[in-house]
Amino acid sequence: MLSTSSQTLDALEPGDCATILALDAGQQGLYHRLAALGLRAGKTVHLIRRARFGGPFHIRVGTTDLMLRVPDARRIRVRKTSA
Amino acid sequence: MKRIALVGMPNTGKSTLFNRLTGAQAKVGNWPGITVDLLSARLLLGDQMVQLVDLPGIYDLRGFSEDEHVVTTFFRQNRVDAALVVLNASQIERQLPLLAQLSRLDVPTVLVLNMADEAAALGITIDRDALGGKLGVPVCLISAKHGQGMEQLRGLMLRALRGQVAAAGRGQAAPLDDDALEAALSCAVHVPAQASHVLTERIDRVLLHPWLGLPLFFGIMFLLFEAVFWLGTPLQTALAAGFSALRTAALEPALAGLPPVLSGVLLDGVYNGLGTVASFVPLIILFFLCMAIVEDTGYLSRAAFLMDALMARFGLDGRSFVMILMGFGCNVPALMGTRVMRSRGLRLLTMMVIPFSLCSARLQVFLFFIAALFPPRIAPLVLFSLYVISIAAAMLTSLLFKRRFVNSDPFVLEMPPYRFPTLRQIGLRGWHEVGHFLRRATRFIVAGVVLIWLLTHFPASAAPGGAQTWAGHLGDWLSPVLGPLGIDPKLTLALIFGFVAKEIVIGSLAVIYAQEGSALISTVAHQITWVQAYSFMLFTLIYTPCLSTIATIRSEAKNRAFSVLAVAWPLALAWVVSFAFYQAAHRLWT
Repeated sequence: MLSTSSQTLDALEPGDCATILALDAGQQGLYHRLAALGLRAGKTVHLIRRARFGGPFHIRVGTTDLMLRVPDARRIRVRKTSA
Repeated sequence: MKRIALVGMPNTGKSTLFNRLTGAQAKVGNWPGITVDLLSARLLLGDQMVQLVDLPGIYDLRGFSEDEHVVTTFFRQNRVDAALVVLNASQIERQLPLLAQLSRLDVPTVLVLNMADEAAALGITIDRDALGGKLGVPVCLISAKHGQGMEQLRGLMLRALRGQVAAAGRGQAAPLDDDALEAALSCAVHVPAQASHVLTERIDRVLLHPWLGLPLFFGIMFLLFEAVFWLGTPLQTALAAGFSALRTAALEPALAGLPPVLSGVLLDGVYNGLGTVASFVPLIILFFLCMAIVEDTGYLSRAAFLMDALMARFGLDGRSFVMILMGFGCNVPALMGTRVMRSRGLRLLTMMVIPFSLCSARLQVFLFFIAALFPPRIAPLVLFSLYVISIAAAMLTSLLFKRRFVNSDPFVLEMPPYRFPTLRQIGLRGWHEVGHFLRRATRFIVAGVVLIWLLTHFPASAAPGGAQTWAGHLGDWLSPVLGPLGIDPKLTLALIFGFVAKEIVIGSLAVIYAQEGSALISTVAHQITWVQAYSFMLFTLIYTPCLSTIATIRSEAKNRAFSVLAVAWPLALAWVVSFAFYQAAHRLWT
């Protein structure tokens, strides 16, 4: 299924793949850090799992696995590409 | 001497490469404008001695994090003859922009792609010569862990020092911008569409399982704790026995001719101080052997993932949790272990909290007092209540201070694939950390032990450890402060001894009450009430754990104001808690 609506990363379900549209990182520091870890517009991100009790997300971009807290995940706008 | 700097992203095996190139002789040096420890070592390259400096791992050069600031400051204030830029070969697509940023430094550069074995296993192919040609720097593929490609790397380092290598981006006409990097990657690197670590995924499915993950985590932590402290404690005891055997066999006869004061300072002061320092060595080695395994396998970042939901509320993260837990064995290695946290705010907050962990030395004191003053039926409950208070004090402290020590780094952690650490890696870690502790803490601890000895043995006319010594007077002088806590001058003396190490509190009570063994227990039971004893235990639990902990905080934080706060706050909290307990309990029960 191909969806055209954009959402933020925290709305994805485990197993979802999405294309990164933009980073709304407030501070420069966070923006550069996310970019250096491979979270750039156009890249594909894969949500692998989520920790219990509102914990962080486990995501994969390219060959890098990352953990990301909810507030940071909200700053990443994505378009879901597959379920 | 020529100087080569190692730069690269975190988790690229930079330190492993440093150890591989230099062996075990690395030392911590001072550099202008830089407050964090940088390891450096000399190595023979061709026919010249070269200094190799290991810089902290950085994501980019814009200087937002402290580590990035350290690297830019280092390059600005020190001459660097060549730079080795270390990247993870299996993440080359994402990490290559760092090379472009480093090209601004205008230093001859060699691009080192580490973990080439992992990249190959993922099906990633890298054409070294094509990549080097496009980027204008020599490239080598290595595995620092297994020692592959090291000869080639050494050759390139030599060439860079001879001026046969250009600075990154200077070797060709076009500057290294995003387009140039993209072109280089597309012509020289091929990454298969599905490149993932199959084994890691399988292990993660179990270790990060929604329901099994946390129980497994606690199980692993339990095993780790047992491994460190059930192995470490007998070694500590054996070492202490060795020290005292050497003392009676060799040192006491040798110093018999000296005046008693001088031999007292040397034996009970300096030699006991050295004994205290040495007693930490087995624990530190075992702790870091285990930490090296937890960290190098990649499990530490999984622990952070599992515990984050809870720890984030306290301004901490899952790695802090691991260190606080280890603090229940011994605070000293746990404090040293906080070095894995790169955000200074997070690290200082964790260091504030660790000393509240009820360590095994304090446990000995509590077991003594509980046996002396509480019936066996409620003894376990008393001990349990102390553990609860230990955790509560830690939580209160993190909540109070989390706004003061703000975690400045964005919390985005890499979860590296699971790896097998080599024995060499694990061994070197323990070796380096023990050296670090001995260099930094020995003088401070020995000076402290000598000072306490002088306080408890002077003036010479007073009975050692008695009420007429300077320490006794100090106890009297403190009685308006400690009296309201039910802590009498004799117990105050024990607290002063306890400042050195909790292990000697029971021994000091034997001196203070001039009794030993079961006689001591019954004397203590007759002279103080259970309310006084519990108040004393509360104070002992919360105030300064020991001199070695202070020495470690001082050498790790490198900040006088923080070290003072880390001593003053627990002291104030200890006073308030003991005061509240004693006044309330005293009125209710006596």
